[in-house]
Amino acid sequence: MSEEQIRSLERHFNERIARDEKIEPKDWMPEKYRQTHIRQISQHAHSEIVGMLPEGNWITRAPSLRRKVALLAKVQDEAGHGLYLYSACETLGISRDELYEQLHSGKAKYSSIFNYPALTWADMGAIGWLVDGAAIINQVPLCNTSYGPYARAMIRVCKEESFHQRQGFEIMLKLCNGTPEQKEMAQDALNRWWWPSLMMLGPTDDKSVHTEQSMKWKLKRKTNDELRQQFIDQTVPQADVLGLIVPDPDLKWNEERQSYDFGEIDWDEFWQVVRGHGPMNKERMKARVSAWERGTWVREAAMAYAEKKQARKEKQAV
Amino acid sequence: MKNENLYNYILGIADNSLILGQRLGELCGHGPNLETDIACTNISLDLFGQVRSYFQYAGKIAGDGRSEDDISMLRKEHEYKNVLLVEQPNTNFAYIIVRQFLFDAYHLAFLRELQKSPDLTLSAIANKCVKEVSYHERFSSDWVRRLGDGTDESREKMQEAINDLWMYTDELFHQMEADKAMVAEGIGVDVTTLKEGYYAYVKEVLEEATIEVPESKYFQKGGKHGVHTEHLGYILAELQYMQRTYPNMEW
Repeated sequence: MSEEQIRSLERHFNERIARDEKIEPKDWMPEKYRQTHIRQISQHAHSEIVGMLPEGNWITRAPSLRRKVALLAKVQDEAGHGLYLYSACETLGISRDELYEQLHSGKAKYSSIFNYPALTWADMGAIGWLVDGAAIINQVPLCNTSYGPYARAMIRVCKEESFHQRQGFEIMLKLCNGTPEQKEMAQDALNRWWWPSLMMLGPTDDKSVHTEQSMKWKLKRKTNDELRQQFIDQTVPQADVLGLIVPDPDLKWNEERQSYDFGEIDWDEFWQVVRGHGPMNKERMKARVSAWERGTWVREAAMAYAEKKQARKEKQAV
Repeated sequence: MKNENLYNYILGIADNSLILGQRLGELCGHGPNLETDIACTNISLDLFGQVRSYFQYAGKIAGDGRSEDDISMLRKEHEYKNVLLVEQPNTNFAYIIVRQFLFDAYHLAFLRELQKSPDLTLSAIANKCVKEVSYHERFSSDWVRRLGDGTDESREKMQEAINDLWMYTDELFHQMEADKAMVAEGIGVDVTTLKEGYYAYVKEVLEEATIEVPESKYFQKGGKHGVHTEHLGYILAELQYMQRTYPNMEW
């Protein structure tokens, strides 16, 4: 293809996005668009399945049958999200096995928040309330993103995430209306999850390398700093309802901005965790890699069985 | 308790689902692929849903204010009445599938009979459970065939699992006092009548899966009497952790 032809295709492509048309798997797309989407969608899918680990860790210890059932259903939803996000990613011409390979080798990233440990039952509340809360803020704009399969997957993901967030808040509410010991557990969880949740919305705008291009492709509609402010403004009143103290001495309502001012985020900690040195990075990866390796013989057997079955069918047909 | 036999009878049914659900719950996020991960979590979820129905009923029968959580999480080890089969560990995916299949084949046959019980609560629970458990049985028997008739390695692993777990099958058909009393009242299922059909069906599936049916005549028992394997204590340590550490609280 001549350069002129490519330029014309690109022009046509950009016009379609500007008109809010969806790009579908068989449509022409710039290679960079494809790669960026593979990176972001797979990162999202990996986050879902790594995210199953800290919560899965509490299934056997849930304090009541009702909570156990709800937690199982939630973790199952996350596996389901992983499944349709991987499928959306596969439409861009990469296989699920290749995506796993990228996760296991450390080439692909997942949300850093899951590199923090889930230490008490209250963490199941805090994760739902804060982590899913921050995830929704990140994800709702993606329901209108330009890549069709991703946008459609996100509509379903967002519906379930908002249910999870309410469920998490409800766990916190129950603890806060319970005994002093329960309330203390809730406060401790908020203390540990607050700052990592703010970090979840990504580095500050001046440090974010992908923002500009992503805005153009509607992979992003608001900057990281805008999303973070939105999260804080939405969450602080909820903490007030719970009667919990947000662990930020600089947090203050700014009448003029009609928003909360907040304290300095420890970006050194953020980069440390992103680079693989958070409290749980090694354990999380070990759990994923070991599940995959222990499952090799199962996957091979399933393939062999399917082939045998097919061969028998063909023989019968003859 | 006025209706102690019925209470014990319900616990005998529900404890199997409780302990197997707990075992499957350990697997979440650690399966060989996403699809099996989702399926195992889903089965666990179904089983805990069933447990809630049974224990809510048991609480009503006991009439002493105990909740489903009190009954499921605040008994001593010897008061759990599950069969030894369901407490066996998740050694590898072959053990997980074989344990599931050996239980599902029994569970499905049992529920089909329980549907006919004149006790309306039990038959209503059975009606709901039978749909779920027929899916469990389809999942586990499909995987038995797949892994048995897959590769040499998978057949070997399945054979090892069936050889190890076979000795826990006979107990499924033992009757305790409460079982006999409920059968006599026409409410309970006479599990002894299920035994022949069970073994015939299990053997059929194993043969299709090219797995040899173990010939051992030595079986283990005790779970239904409250005498368990060493595994149960650890299962309960996790199951009861919150209720024991933070007693008398609402969650």
